[in-house]
Amino acid sequence: MYGALWRLMPGPVWLRVTLMIVLFGLILAALVAFVFPWLNTFVNVNDVTVGTNK
Amino acid sequence: MGELLITAGVLVFLFLGWQLWLNDLIVGGQQDHSSVALAHKLAPDASTKVTTTAADYGAPVVTTEPSNATTFAILYIPRLGTTYARTIAEGVGTSDVLDNGWVGHYPGTAMPGQVGNFAVAGHRTTHGAPFHDLATLQVGDKIYVYTADGYYTYVFRGLEYVRPTGVGVLDPVPEVTGVSPTDRIMTMTSCNPMFSASERIIGYASMESWQPISAGVPAAVAAIQLANKG
Repeated sequence: MYGALWRLMPGPVWLRVTLMIVLFGLILAALVAFVFPWLNTFVNVNDVTVGTNK
Repeated sequence: MGELLITAGVLVFLFLGWQLWLNDLIVGGQQDHSSVALAHKLAPDASTKVTTTAADYGAPVVTTEPSNATTFAILYIPRLGTTYARTIAEGVGTSDVLDNGWVGHYPGTAMPGQVGNFAVAGHRTTHGAPFHDLATLQVGDKIYVYTADGYYTYVFRGLEYVRPTGVGVLDPVPEVTGVSPTDRIMTMTSCNPMFSASERIIGYASMESWQPISAGVPAAVAAIQLANKG
């Protein structure tokens, strides 16, 4: 998987490394901005009120 | 295949790190900063004079209870941080109030400054976790509540741990049913132990003094407001 990704990158080693870092940064940003908040709506481990338990 | 599984594992840890730590920092910071705008919105003509001594302004003016999910107050607790300011909104629904990182006011309980029990709930972990450090409060710590009508100074009295069904903590006189209240109590509920929902941690405070918005800002609150403006 990562080997294939590495071979997909163009240019010399330093450019490939830079592109990989940028790519992972973008994926991470997308996760934090969109995926994690959405996922969090399904996780309810912390009821904080009294008397309103379903 | 192995790489995929490792990636999935890393993603799970990333999510946990985000949920339990990073998002609290982000939402907490947003709350601190948005409190400046909310304070202005609640009372545009508020005096900015800093007061250091409490004077007697008579019986507190009490704000009327707003509709669900309306933000109507700000909570300042110096013990919980030099920038600690959290929005208080009406209602204790998760998606519309608590998950915004807000502190929620139990509908039907007293409003700030009112005789009875001003009861609020907030997350202890995740979603900004306004009550993450509730257990670090010490007896005598000041808790300031700001509404459009004034600053209400509560003094922390102690902690209690109850089952999730322990609605007695919301009574006008906590844990005593059928008694008409004479004191102004504040009750904070959150989950206990941390990361669990099996019990509730309850923090009690009682009102010490209040001052109308026109009288100025208590010094401790002014320090927090200044820190959040910078």
